[in-house]
Amino acid sequence: MPRWAQLTILPALNLCAAMLVTGLVTWLIGENPLECLKLLIHGAFGYGEGIGYTLFYTTDFVFTGLAVATAFHAGLFNIGGEGQAYLAGLGITLTVFAFDKILPFWMLMPLCIIVAAIFGAAWALIPGWLQAKRGSHIVVTTIMFNFISYSLMLYLISHQLIEPGSQNPTTREFGANSWMPSMQHIGAAFGLDLPSTPLNATFFLSIVFCVLFYLVVWHSRWGYQLRTVGVNEHAARYAGMNVAKIIILAMCASGALAGLASVNELLGSTHRMNVDFTNGIGFVGVAVALMGRNHPVGIFLSALLFGALTQGGMDLSFAKPAITREMVWLIEGLIILFCGGLENLFEPFLAAFFRRRK
Amino acid sequence: MDQYLSILDSTITVSTPLVLASLAGLFSERSGVVDIGLEGKMLTSAFASASVAYLTGSPWLGLLAGMFAAMMMSLVHALVCVTYNGNQTISGLAINTIASGITPVLALAWFQQGGNTPMLDDSARFNDITLPFADKLADVPVIGQIYSGLISGHCILVYLTFIIILPAVTWLLYRSRFGLRLRSVGENPHAADTAGISVAKVRYLALLCNGLLCGMSGTFLSVHQTGFFIKEMTAGKGYLALAALIFGKWRPMYAMLGCLLFAFSDAVQIRLEGVPLPFIGEIPSQFIQVIPYVLTVLLLAGFVGRAVAPKAIGIPFVKSR
Repeated sequence: MPRWAQLTILPALNLCAAMLVTGLVTWLIGENPLECLKLLIHGAFGYGEGIGYTLFYTTDFVFTGLAVATAFHAGLFNIGGEGQAYLAGLGITLTVFAFDKILPFWMLMPLCIIVAAIFGAAWALIPGWLQAKRGSHIVVTTIMFNFISYSLMLYLISHQLIEPGSQNPTTREFGANSWMPSMQHIGAAFGLDLPSTPLNATFFLSIVFCVLFYLVVWHSRWGYQLRTVGVNEHAARYAGMNVAKIIILAMCASGALAGLASVNELLGSTHRMNVDFTNGIGFVGVAVALMGRNHPVGIFLSALLFGALTQGGMDLSFAKPAITREMVWLIEGLIILFCGGLENLFEPFLAAFFRRRK
Repeated sequence: MDQYLSILDSTITVSTPLVLASLAGLFSERSGVVDIGLEGKMLTSAFASASVAYLTGSPWLGLLAGMFAAMMMSLVHALVCVTYNGNQTISGLAINTIASGITPVLALAWFQQGGNTPMLDDSARFNDITLPFADKLADVPVIGQIYSGLISGHCILVYLTFIIILPAVTWLLYRSRFGLRLRSVGENPHAADTAGISVAKVRYLALLCNGLLCGMSGTFLSVHQTGFFIKEMTAGKGYLALAALIFGKWRPMYAMLGCLLFAFSDAVQIRLEGVPLPFIGEIPSQFIQVIPYVLTVLLLAGFVGRAVAPKAIGIPFVKSR
């Protein structure tokens, strides 16, 4: 099968299958699937604010998708993106609390981004090290680390970092010199009148990281080693690569990327840390990476799709009281199922089709 | 005495769904199929059983519906992992996500209560059973207290789990022909295949047993404990059961001990909430909640004992051509 078909037709078929099943469920609960789809698309792309929110969520998913893909290229399955992003939020909060009265924006912002990446990487380092050196399975350890991070962060936010006098488990608001410039402000500087949405400059950062990801994974020595370990660990070891080191570094890079999603959430949107601010973005990253076939272009496009689903689904649930926003989880789960689990379902048919044409 | 008994009593209640789910995981994982989808299957069955118990008024029909729903999810998992040789972890993750999505969607559409199901009447629930003479023996020191305070007063599913299912699973795994085949398929499917065992058939059967037990576990949560279905009501119990299974090194009795330990820490944590201890002071509940997960990581890393997984776990079986 030609590569272009693998990258376009196959994901499209999988998406169609997932949408078909969702449509069936929608029809079963007595709603018109086509009307819902129209509402969903309008909610995601039909007006300025909708587009802003869609791209805001896209930014999150690009980072978590790249995170999962980095580990995938080394043959590792990192479902700990959720915990890594959560811990990165801790790094950001601590940095902001320490320096937002001292440092100017242009020093504080890069510092926050670096610290977010370091905290995310550190939380992924332990499962990575355990996998490389002690052979404990990365899937199970990252799941456990997610739960450990929930408890740890709940304790820190509700006991240590909570805003004094506040009833809700949330930190104080960050100083304005740590806020990522919103797209509305950037637009205003260029004379554009954009609606007020959480979309912010982190979006550009996510595109930069897509390009960096491509360069590092396909055009660097380390990227070559990464992919070699992913394809065949024994061959990599035989060729003299330090497999343990590559696995640990891959997990660190993965955690760092997941951590950057917190920059978008905390510095770009909420400007304070709440309990559960990650809200499942780490898990969406798995779906994004699977559907994007671990390639940055694919990851960006599928992140856009999931961003649109999240925003459009929210709008749909407002318009249709009979549909909850968990509908999006159903679509997402089906996409994971068809793109990841059942990837061998359509492939033989498609491959046979292309063979016959030759 | 009463205080200790009540901690142990709630340990048993909390551990029952964990034991059922980790025995479910045991079938799947010993046959070589990774199952991180326990959570999703429990959630689906909790919803299905609560709905059917509400509509029919019978907890037993609810149980059947719960088991059926979880078995359907298991069949999807089997289809992906056994028939299409897909990635087992991804399939499990998909099942969890689908379950989190479809249960509130259907619950809202069918019952219009914000994604929950209506409260069940007492007659539609599994209620606590008082064993014979429990009231009379309550005053007898120690033995009577244990009998009436700890052993009596659980629902039928608890007795089923500890008296029938647990021994049955242990016997099935270690003493029956099916168990031998199951273990061999999980350790070395190629050898099993050479010996004439159908790997696919054994794994399908294992996953059906898995669904059956997951269904009971989910039913326990909704039709016994809460009396209705709540969105995301499993709240990580499926993963906890998986942790207990690993903690028990993929053996039924040890997995049950793991569940009891985790449930005990849960029961203690509720009692310790806001109570200062001598010398230590108040322990935040999160510190106790985290214990099962930390223990599992340490065990997997080989720092305390060593958990060795079934050898063929996670690898799709492809007959060599």
